Amino acid sequence: MSEQTPRALPEPLKMITTPMRLDYTITPGEAPARFLKGMMEGRILGERCPRCRKVYMPPRGSCATCAIPTKEQVELSSKGTVTTFCVVNLPFYGQAVEIPYVCASVVLDGADLPFFCLLAECAVEDVRMGMRVEAVWCEPSERKPSLENIRYMRPTGEPDMPYESFKEHL
Amino acid sequence: MREVAVISFAQAHSVRRDIIHNEVEILMPVVAEAVSQSGLTRDRIGFTVSGSCDYLAGVPFSFVMALDGVGAWPPIEESHVEMDGAWALAEAWTRLQHGDLDTALVFGFGKSSVGELPDVLTLQLDPYLVAPLWPDSISVAALQARAMLDAGLCTEKDMAEVAVRSRRDAKSNPFAQLTGDFSVEELLKQPCISSPLRRHDCAPISDGASAVILAAGDVARALCEKTGRTPAWIRGLDHRVDGQNLGGRDLTTCPSARRASEKAGAFGTPIDVAEIYAPFTHQEILLRRELGLGANTKINPSGGVLAANPMMAAGLIRIGEAASRIHRGEARRALAHATSGPCLQQNLVCVLEGE
Repeated sequence: MSEQTPRALPEPLKMITTPMRLDYTITPGEAPARFLKGMMEGRILGERCPRCRKVYMPPRGSCATCAIPTKEQVELSSKGTVTTFCVVNLPFYGQAVEIPYVCASVVLDGADLPFFCLLAECAVEDVRMGMRVEAVWCEPSERKPSLENIRYMRPTGEPDMPYESFKEHL
Repeated sequence: MREVAVISFAQAHSVRRDIIHNEVEILMPVVAEAVSQSGLTRDRIGFTVSGSCDYLAGVPFSFVMALDGVGAWPPIEESHVEMDGAWALAEAWTRLQHGDLDTALVFGFGKSSVGELPDVLTLQLDPYLVAPLWPDSISVAALQARAMLDAGLCTEKDMAEVAVRSRRDAKSNPFAQLTGDFSVEELLKQPCISSPLRRHDCAPISDGASAVILAAGDVARALCEKTGRTPAWIRGLDHRVDGQNLGGRDLTTCPSARRASEKAGAFGTPIDVAEIYAPFTHQEILLRRELGLGANTKINPSGGVLAANPMMAAGLIRIGEAASRIHRGEARRALAHATSGPCLQQNLVCVLEGE
């Protein structure tokens, strides 16, 4: 009888790569579509709740507290106030802006809700709560139906807003 | 066990593709309608729970945005299941058993049109050995249909008859999507889209939403007295899952549906109306047997999901449609069924009775 030399087991399979892809065509919705049309025109159009009168920017079609549709459009100023902010120091995959950079929660004049945006043309250490800022738009020829038509917000140089005026947004 | 009843129900019109409204905008009037019909005001609702699926929407945390349409201020007690709203209802029923809350809002919603639904559902399958082959949900169901045909459990004509009956009954359902009079002959002339399934054997792709209000004990009685309805008491509720391995179970059977029906107290008992979630015609034939439904039971008077299939809302709609017939005194005892996963892998059965 011949003796068989045991063969070494193959390397264990520890990982497989299974590529996947799903494509979606998203509908912004009626109210967001009205907002995005305004963005194409270089206008910031918030919407007001008929019950509590709060103005949403960007509008999503409903008042989050009253659960009814917002319908009335309100043209908002490009100027606003920094309520709070975050200095991003950590690099991450897909980062579009060089670190450190500032992400701020800004309430535009006339709106009742802050929105997130980049702050630029400003030293990172100079950013503060209550700072007055204004939108810097992309070129009209570059406009898309997107909030990104506002490239970033920059300081206006106006005196800071007092804490009392924006503390409810924190 | 605390008595819990379905006291109101609302749904959106199911459409192939809503290019105007986002999920929140579709959902908002449906929730408002269910709340208004219940006799409650929003502030009196004790618990809120929803069913939806991020992979359907193509957006992470999509259910959080839906709360904009529900009104979550003052802060509400709220939960979510990444499943059809029927399972959200199971959670609401469980929550109400604790005894400290008397009412719950349950809703389900989804826009299947934004992605490719059959491919999205491929992600339900085993991620190592099956999903990478990308068998879409229709092809997977076709495997089961082929098994049913080969076992002599139904014919393609039987399947077409299910489609004909569903679309005909859907004519009286203003929320249905596929309605009308068709003949078995004309349907069988159509080519297969995934053999042996033809287009009529498959549920349509739908955008939609639904909402239900649950109330417990005397709160339900008092509200229903105000609104003039017979409360639809949940007398049985059970859900079971079969194994995920498609090759590891007999696809001509559905043990989880059978067990859920037995445990819910439905199997083999008299049922006036059954709304069952059969997204493929052969599955209705299979489920009639496995749920233990008799010849006297009216199946899917709404047209079922073969007439409108808003994923994540359709299972809750089965419960709502069954409950509505009890509300109106058209039925005394009803069964509602919901399914999830490939080839009827997971099944929920709810038994509803009028007082």
